[in-house]
Amino acid sequence: MSAQTLERSLPSAPLPQGGPKASVTIRAALARWGLRGTALLYLGLLIALPATAVVLRGFSGGLGALREAFNAPGAKQAIILTLVLAAITAFVNVVFGTLIAYVLVRYRFPARRLLSTIVDIPFAVPTLVTGVMLRALYGPNAPIGGFLQRHGIHVIFAPAGILLALLFVTLPLVVRTVQPVLLELDETEEEAARVLGATRWMTFRKVVLPKLRAGIVAGGLLAFARALGEFGAVVIVSGNIIGKTLTAPYLIFQFASQAKPEEAAAVATLLFAISFVLVLVTERLVGLRRKESA
Amino acid sequence: MTDNLQIPGTPIRVEDLWKRFGDFEAVKDVSFTVEAGSITALLGPSGSGKSTVLRMIAGLEEPTSGRIWMEGEEHTFKTVQERRVGFVFQHYALFRHMNVAQNVAFGLSVRKLPRAEQRSRVQELLELVQLTGFRDRYPDQLSGGQRQRVALARALAPRPKVLLLDEPFGALDARVRQELRRWLDDLHRELGVTSLLVTHDQDEALELANQVVVMHEGRVEQAGPPDEIYNAPATPFVAGFVGTANVLHGHVRDGHVQFGEHRVSGASHLAEGVEARAFVRPHDVRLSTVDRNGGSVRATVERIVTLGWLSRVHLRLPDEQVLTAELPNDELGGVELGSTVWVDLRRATAFETSEVPPTSEPEETPSVR
Amino acid sequence: MSSTIAPRTPRLAGSARRRLVHGGFTAIALVYVGALVIAPLVGIAFAAFKGGWSVIVDTLRQPDVLHAYYLTGVITLITVIVTTVFGVIVALVITRDRFPGRALMSALVDLPIAVSPVIVGLMAVLLFGTGGWFEPWFSAHGIRILFAVPSMVLVTIFICIPFVIREVVPVLHELGVSEEEAARTLGASSLQTFFRVTLKNIRWALAYGIALSTARAIGEIGAVLIVSGSITGQTETSTLYILRAFDQFQDTQGYIVAITLALASIVLLVAIEAFKRRQEKVRET
Repeated sequence: MSAQTLERSLPSAPLPQGGPKASVTIRAALARWGLRGTALLYLGLLIALPATAVVLRGFSGGLGALREAFNAPGAKQAIILTLVLAAITAFVNVVFGTLIAYVLVRYRFPARRLLSTIVDIPFAVPTLVTGVMLRALYGPNAPIGGFLQRHGIHVIFAPAGILLALLFVTLPLVVRTVQPVLLELDETEEEAARVLGATRWMTFRKVVLPKLRAGIVAGGLLAFARALGEFGAVVIVSGNIIGKTLTAPYLIFQFASQAKPEEAAAVATLLFAISFVLVLVTERLVGLRRKESA
Repeated sequence: MTDNLQIPGTPIRVEDLWKRFGDFEAVKDVSFTVEAGSITALLGPSGSGKSTVLRMIAGLEEPTSGRIWMEGEEHTFKTVQERRVGFVFQHYALFRHMNVAQNVAFGLSVRKLPRAEQRSRVQELLELVQLTGFRDRYPDQLSGGQRQRVALARALAPRPKVLLLDEPFGALDARVRQELRRWLDDLHRELGVTSLLVTHDQDEALELANQVVVMHEGRVEQAGPPDEIYNAPATPFVAGFVGTANVLHGHVRDGHVQFGEHRVSGASHLAEGVEARAFVRPHDVRLSTVDRNGGSVRATVERIVTLGWLSRVHLRLPDEQVLTAELPNDELGGVELGSTVWVDLRRATAFETSEVPPTSEPEETPSVR
Repeated sequence: MSSTIAPRTPRLAGSARRRLVHGGFTAIALVYVGALVIAPLVGIAFAAFKGGWSVIVDTLRQPDVLHAYYLTGVITLITVIVTTVFGVIVALVITRDRFPGRALMSALVDLPIAVSPVIVGLMAVLLFGTGGWFEPWFSAHGIRILFAVPSMVLVTIFICIPFVIREVVPVLHELGVSEEEAARTLGASSLQTFFRVTLKNIRWALAYGIALSTARAIGEIGAVLIVSGSITGQTETSTLYILRAFDQFQDTQGYIVAITLALASIVLLVAIEAFKRRQEKVRET
């Protein structure tokens, strides 16, 4: 086997385009665009289009429509109540959700599988049924509800009930957003910290928490966004009392059923804009692109 | 015009291959040929573009420009499936949901071969790779070495024209790597399938291949049989990358590289007076306790490391340059730590300093005194 | 002179204390989840059984209720089929294809999760209601979208789009392309590669996504409330029935249908958990 020197002396003329290359490349390009096009059409028609419709309508009424909407009875309170409750929900569930995620990932105990399953229940249960369950438990005629009412604590037809519903519904969102981040953590860094003398709490604070931050914030934002828009669980529990337990989603529903599409769209655009921004931020933090491979 | 010079029927011929990923040129003007029945190794450090070349030959990547010929037919624009190559991946890429037999049969079942034929061919291959008892096992039940053997069987089942291997032993530990290397050698001898092997392990390339193509930063540095690559490196990179090498800095004087009072031959192709580097293999450094012929270099022994049957002697030359000699232990007579020895440099390859890329020189590790 | 930092021995004395902390955290987690999630489930069981079995059987035999179940079933089936097929396509494009709009696509997929269902209903009204963008075409062809089943299907699809995609994308990412490349070198066409290699590898994640979609479709209320017009016996799903029942002070009926849905979702949940476990096992290979 002598060294091949022949190839070095071959002239290197650039290749003319066309011929076999064209058909193969066209076929490949068609296939790629076929798939890509289907995906774009699917998402475009079903998501982008309706979203644009709402936003355009919402802005078409201009600030006037927004002001009209805010002037409706109970509207201002509804929006404030929704924002406040969503914030509380996000905060509380971020704390407990992170704790639960940590327990699920790091600890071994007999009820672990069970706990994991229970955390997923709100994902599976219809939101309306959630409201119904809370009503069954905390309603005025119910065992716990009656007891609380006698002591002046109102749950059903009161903001507390709404909060419970929101906490229920958003818990798995936080847990399942933080969990994968925890799972990916390299425990050797924590071990290194402990060998160097850090206590477990210090290790958690200085090594684990900064890494978790993205996941925790993302979970909180998702929970907030979800809580902003929750309807099914809230509508049964709250009683939709103007000025007290009326939430923004119900407000939109009212406007829509009163044939006031401008006002509905105005409030919807507001909520929608907030949700969209939150989704974008979340995408940045723990997005689907996170595990991009070259 | 090119077609007149075409070598009819060579299993693989690659011509002026280029590959650009955006701004990055991964493969630049690569050309080589693989003879029928031989093993060619594409050797180079990571990032040298060798895997990209292999994948272009397989059809898994499209060249930016250039042509690929297989058995006299142009394959540049053929789909992967049309090329009928066997490909072995570094991380096996076994189908995790199929057992060994199903994995091996895949290429056959895709071509709709009758079941009975599939079964007998699978059996034949499992015997060849010595895994007959493993038909029903799943990939996660196999060791790394076993998985790679299955991958090989799977690639060979459809009787491919050529076998392409992408760092096939890279993911295995040293011992298994050695075993499989030997085993691949035997297998190739038995089957005679033309093979193209990508590796960064020069021992592997030098041991297995009939032809070694050394690649660096996308280009072919040198192509030839292993001994030629080792003993007659054409470029400074090849000299530094393949095998260990001492590098001596000096100037060209009268066809020699002069450093300090001493000189070594091998620079007759370089211009007088230019700065040059001489590459000397450690086993081409001869030691003796006396100055035999008056032309030897005087050096001090700084360190002796014994590895099994040979020793590595670290020497310091009068002009402060360092040299490493490798010799069997029984030739060590008289050579001791701190002693003065006379060094004969038997063979050297010299290159102009300006040609030598910074990465090709072995790093000098700080010595502990 | 070499200087090595002598490692300080971590405080071993805390091991008993640590176990207490572990136990404490675990207990907190269990109590929180128990109070928030389990208790209400128990509550609804009590409320549903208050009238005894006869009331339950009577309720479940009502034509309204039966039709509501039927409608929920139809909408769910269509939704799941559409979101699965197209969801897989989108997942493949997001993970394997490279083109400028990819990040936007990814964000679009996440959108339905964060948007309130009532807004989704509003979207349908704006598109198909009087004065809507598409309304003229559809009414010219005599097709009723709003206040009829088609709009209910559309909004449910919108809401369920993310589930399959979000489950399949990370798995596709992790699997990488090598198995698919290997299949192609062995002669498999793109379709063969998809069905024999890719699909097999994502099946548990896919099943998980389908289960989540199904659960969400069954439970949809906000959007369908707006678009359906709540025409009893025609456009009333199970959830809409429950809402009406409570509106009309037929609490017990409401509780009964609600608990059937809750039971269905628990069955789904068990399926979800099973798929999730299989999916995790695949990732370990």
